[in-house]
Amino acid sequence: MTPPLLAAHGLAFARNEQAVFGPLDFTVEAGEALLVQGGNGAGKTTLLRVLAGLLRADRGKVEIDGRDADPTLRARAIAFLGHLPALKADLTALENLHFLCGLHGRRRGQLPGNALALAGLAGYEDALARQLSAGQKKRLSLARLWLSPVPLWLLDEPYANLDLEGLDLVNRMVQAHLRAGGAALLTTHGAYAAPPVRTRMLELGPRP
Amino acid sequence: MMWQAARALVARDLRLLWRRRGDALQPALFALLVVVLFALATGTDRTRLADTAGAVLWLAVLLAGLLSLDTLFRGDAEDGSLEQWMLAPVPLAWLVLVRTAMHWATTSLPLLLATPLLGELLYLPRGQLPVLLVSLALGTPLLSLVGAVVAALTIGMRRSGILVALLALPLYVPVLVFGAGSVAAAAQGLDPTGALLLLAAGLVLGAVLAPLAAAAAIRISTS
Repeated sequence: MTPPLLAAHGLAFARNEQAVFGPLDFTVEAGEALLVQGGNGAGKTTLLRVLAGLLRADRGKVEIDGRDADPTLRARAIAFLGHLPALKADLTALENLHFLCGLHGRRRGQLPGNALALAGLAGYEDALARQLSAGQKKRLSLARLWLSPVPLWLLDEPYANLDLEGLDLVNRMVQAHLRAGGAALLTTHGAYAAPPVRTRMLELGPRP
Repeated sequence: MMWQAARALVARDLRLLWRRRGDALQPALFALLVVVLFALATGTDRTRLADTAGAVLWLAVLLAGLLSLDTLFRGDAEDGSLEQWMLAPVPLAWLVLVRTAMHWATTSLPLLLATPLLGELLYLPRGQLPVLLVSLALGTPLLSLVGAVVAALTIGMRRSGILVALLALPLYVPVLVFGAGSVAAAAQGLDPTGALLLLAAGLVLGAVLAPLAAAAAIRISTS
């Protein structure tokens, strides 16, 4: 049996001695999505940042492919879509994508131009990022994610700011990514449609 | 992979510089302002100007660099770019080094090229120009590297202009002492090699240690 793509064992995080979440145990297999649900302040974003390695967990450990997650392993396995779009306002949509691809690497056979079209931004290639709406910026970030060569997507509120067609776009991208053997973690506070894939749920309760 | 990331970062910074070319001129204009105002304040006494020219030019370049220090990582921290740098499959210290080198090339290098001209404004003796240029070429990258550590420490704060200056100044003092000192030594007919070699040693040390320290500081201030 192959080890799960991502596993957390007794993972806990505290800020100023006050527990934010955990201890949590969960696994995500290839081809699976994990939907992290919880109200505002339940620790969804913090959990994703801990998994991505931006924050250090207080207790417990994270395993990727059955091995302890170190920065190198994380960088090769994880793409993170956070609240901040990581776009430079004075670069065009295409230039932003080119830079992020140069930084993270690019999936074989995928071109930035095609990814923009897929994300519904055809015709905006030469628009400066500052001229894009919040939803369009989100779509640009999704295009970046689509191009990244890693198997595990950590999506923090991927549905925020998107129109109905955008929600569908997220679901289609997650579905295609999972079919290709990837996995995804999505945080949501519940009101949106989940992608039509094999999904596990992780409920983060309010803080004790 | 590392060269690919570095190339992407260099291309990005050059594009951003071109899009905001008005801002890019700021350090150079600031240095010009310092030099011109100093010359006006000192009066028309040629020898007095010539005596202090080396020190004033060093000070102008240092202050111009300090002025732009806050922009080194702040923009990237605010729009989330730094998060993506930390998650990239290349060491954060490498990206910090490339970013700092770009910062030096876009703020200090133009000043270095303009130094002969600014020197003329202050009646800098021709014989001191080579020493001044070498000391600036060795000293300004070191200032940028030290500044990168300070800038990285303060990205967690919303407004840190004065704090950056306060933290950076004591670290800048040795560089200024040896940099301006080498020019002063040359003016007195002494051998400036010792001070220049110390600057070079500092630069080598800074190029290795400063990116690591700045990367650690970025991780601390963003967590």
